[in-house]
Amino acid sequence: MTITINRLARRFADFRALDDVSLSIAPGEFVALLGPSGSGKTTLLRILAGLDFPDSGDLLQDGRDLLQVSARDRGVGLVFQHYALFRHMTVFENVAFGLRVRPRARRPSKAEIAERVDKLLKRVQLDGMAARYPAQLSGGQRQRVALARALAIEPSLLLLDEPFGALDAQVRVALRRWLRHLHEEMGLTTVFVTHDQEEALELADRVVVMNRGRIEQVGTPDEIYQQPATPFVFEFIGKSNKVPVRIHGARLQAGDQRFEADALEGLADGSAVAYVRPEHLALSTTPLENGWKATLRHVYLSGSVAHLELDVPGLGQTLEAELGGEEAQRRSLQAGMTVTVQPRHLTVFPLDGKTGEPDLARRRVVHPRYGQAALARWR
Amino acid sequence: MDAVLSLTRSRPGAGRLVPLLLIAAALGFLLLFLLLPLAAVFVEALRKGLGTYTAALVHPEAIAAIKLTLLVAAIAVPLNTVFGVAAAWAMTRFAFRGKALLGALIDLPFSVSPVVSGLIYVLLFGAQGWFGPWLLEHDIKLIFAVPGLVLATIFVTLPFVARELIPLMQSQGSDEEEAARVLGAGGWQIFFRVTLPNIKWALLYGVLLCNARAMGEFGAVSVVSGHIRGLTNTLPLHVEILYNDYNYAGAFAVASLLAFLALITLGLKTFLEWRYGSELAAKAPRGH
Amino acid sequence: MARRVLPGFGLSLGYVLTYLGLLVLLPLAALAVKASGIGLAGLWNTLSAPPVLAALKLSFGAALVSALINAAAGLLVAWVLVRYSFPGRRLFDALVDLPFALPTAVAGIALTALYAPKGWIGEWLVPLGIKVAFTPLGVLIAMIFVGFPFVVRTLQPVLESLDRDIEEAATSLGATRLQTFLRVLFPLLLPALLTGFALALARAVGEYGSVIFIAGNIPMKSEILPLVIVKQLEQFKYADAAAVGVIMLALSFVLLLAIGLLQRWSRRWAER
Repeated sequence: MTITINRLARRFADFRALDDVSLSIAPGEFVALLGPSGSGKTTLLRILAGLDFPDSGDLLQDGRDLLQVSARDRGVGLVFQHYALFRHMTVFENVAFGLRVRPRARRPSKAEIAERVDKLLKRVQLDGMAARYPAQLSGGQRQRVALARALAIEPSLLLLDEPFGALDAQVRVALRRWLRHLHEEMGLTTVFVTHDQEEALELADRVVVMNRGRIEQVGTPDEIYQQPATPFVFEFIGKSNKVPVRIHGARLQAGDQRFEADALEGLADGSAVAYVRPEHLALSTTPLENGWKATLRHVYLSGSVAHLELDVPGLGQTLEAELGGEEAQRRSLQAGMTVTVQPRHLTVFPLDGKTGEPDLARRRVVHPRYGQAALARWR
Repeated sequence: MDAVLSLTRSRPGAGRLVPLLLIAAALGFLLLFLLLPLAAVFVEALRKGLGTYTAALVHPEAIAAIKLTLLVAAIAVPLNTVFGVAAAWAMTRFAFRGKALLGALIDLPFSVSPVVSGLIYVLLFGAQGWFGPWLLEHDIKLIFAVPGLVLATIFVTLPFVARELIPLMQSQGSDEEEAARVLGAGGWQIFFRVTLPNIKWALLYGVLLCNARAMGEFGAVSVVSGHIRGLTNTLPLHVEILYNDYNYAGAFAVASLLAFLALITLGLKTFLEWRYGSELAAKAPRGH
Repeated sequence: MARRVLPGFGLSLGYVLTYLGLLVLLPLAALAVKASGIGLAGLWNTLSAPPVLAALKLSFGAALVSALINAAAGLLVAWVLVRYSFPGRRLFDALVDLPFALPTAVAGIALTALYAPKGWIGEWLVPLGIKVAFTPLGVLIAMIFVGFPFVVRTLQPVLESLDRDIEEAATSLGATRLQTFLRVLFPLLLPALLTGFALALARAVGEYGSVIFIAGNIPMKSEILPLVIVKQLEQFKYADAAAVGVIMLALSFVLLLAIGLLQRWSRRWAER
């Protein structure tokens, strides 16, 4: 049961909700659609559910044209952002709804429906709640009712729209791990929409990062975090420092520093933009020749990590670096100290000569060479 | 409770005189302008004794008027109920061009004078109207006959149900209907199992107001009725005829029936607002 | 055009358009055509006939005054009902809707019984030299009655939605209670107040049942515009009736438009 999304486009008035989106979802996969609001992720989910239709493009399920199948007949399980539980029905009636509205020929018997609903309620740990109304449930319980209701029709594809958006932080973490187990135990194919990167990176097999109706990157959580493909992914996921640079042959000029690197071969000289993750900045309190000179403006200790705010006059900007909390304390770092900063690796996007936009096709990951002596002693 | 002194919040220095004066002025106005006329109806109705009162109500012309009023309401209210539900479904569940215009058109009968509402049907179906000659030829009488009363009543009560349902269904959104669709429900299954239970109290509320106006309408039906006693007189028209005959006791006796209907309507309306307030639409300007 | 997800679009919209077309648009078209039949000069002749002109003045004048009175009284009553709790508040709140629920003919004869020279209130007013029934004053009283609920019912939700915070903020900034009301609350209430005023005005201009009994209907003196139409119809002057009807309808449209604009205006703070 492979879902193939091919060049979908959807416009609302002047707004491009989806712009040439292609994706393939394999059976048993757990896929996250991640992006800011307005990125098109919910539109894509609604198209998968049959609640919206693209202006162009194809949607196929094992070669069958899904766009010709109405929402009613698609057999997709959908959990709405605000659950959309039927407020006048009990938990039991909500879960039974999808079975009860079937044409008589395909409708299970009453006893069978009751059995299946009971089983599902047990599965979502709501046995004993069958007679309650949605208004009498907590947010987490409602969410599980919505899930049980969607699963009752034995969907080939389970879709969830911001499934944890309306929940408290603690419930949220517990529930998402539970959902991951459920996905594996029941052998589901699941697609969920979220704007919470932590949620996407923790839960999904594959993350689809969307922005302004386009897919920026598709990859495993690790790939998305470690090898962002575009400036947007860098800025949207995790923290990063953006540094304007110039390419000179095999050297990278960044402020008053030049870094030697191999990866720049084949790139024309010119302006570029480089991204560095905070944890990829190495620091030294002893002055070093290679690296930016910086003043430590502030140390923010948050649990096990220390966030350092660095003033770099040579760049004319501040950089953010990260350090283990214990390490920071051991070094007795204090505001006002002078340090040397060395980027361990940067991702460089040369700017297009005409548009001035980062050129994604010429993206390079650069590891500057410092030589043994100059390498920052700790990071 | 300490009567008037339990003001929502009394603050030091604010004093209690101003609120007391305001409350007294407001209640005085309500009593003088609203309650007194209502009381007058019942007092005047019983002025000549219970015998005269009941005699006026069981008079054959009064009975005929009651029957006709019920008949007209029994036709107009269900038609406008179905219309209101259809209008609310179309207006709140779909996007289409000209929606704002349609909304204004649905509200239009509320802002048309009752007399003009009657007039337009006279101009359409009366002897000198567009279809007058054709109707005459086929011996069909709409104006100065029961169908005219029904048409005029439908016109003046047309917006009531739609007006209650549209804001409610707008605010409820279509998530639940979409959820039902994805779960495999058909159109009528969605309507009867999901939509209707969610709007039932607002629907009842709209029907209640629609019915009160349908039974009480005077101006529009007056224009199309022709005042044929025992044939085209609804209760309000019967009140007028008795009154113009200087049969005041009789007029007020019949009027007290209508006033009683109004009180029941107000009572049920207040009950619905109190008990199911959250399931009705926001308290926007309504009525007429 | 995107496909529609929920069923019943064609059925519901088709039904609604047919229903409105046959019951609302077609009759209104008949009115417009009939009125245009007599031409502009004819329209002018009809409207400038002294009884019609007098009725026009009375209907608009009295309606305007009644709407103004209702704006003031409605503001007072809405304020008291929302801000203060007192025994019987719910009952009084329900009473506000009485003019909506009470059939107009019933209201008409009840008001006449009260204000006739020998009526409950009339007998106290006559010695003072005030005649209400069968004078323009009677018309005004009836119009106040029918238009009263509009201002209260448009103001109430706005008043309820106002946070007490803003008043407390004004007080803490040193404003007196009167200043707080005039400078902070009143501007916030104004759109709803004007909307209620316009609704009450529209209702009063077109009102028939509750007015004709108390008005006495003396031509040139206490005859309202809708009654002019009725009398023209009784004399089979259909074109004249249509002419007056079109004027009233045009006014309805203008008021409807004004109300629509007012409601858009009143939402301008909410949208941000």
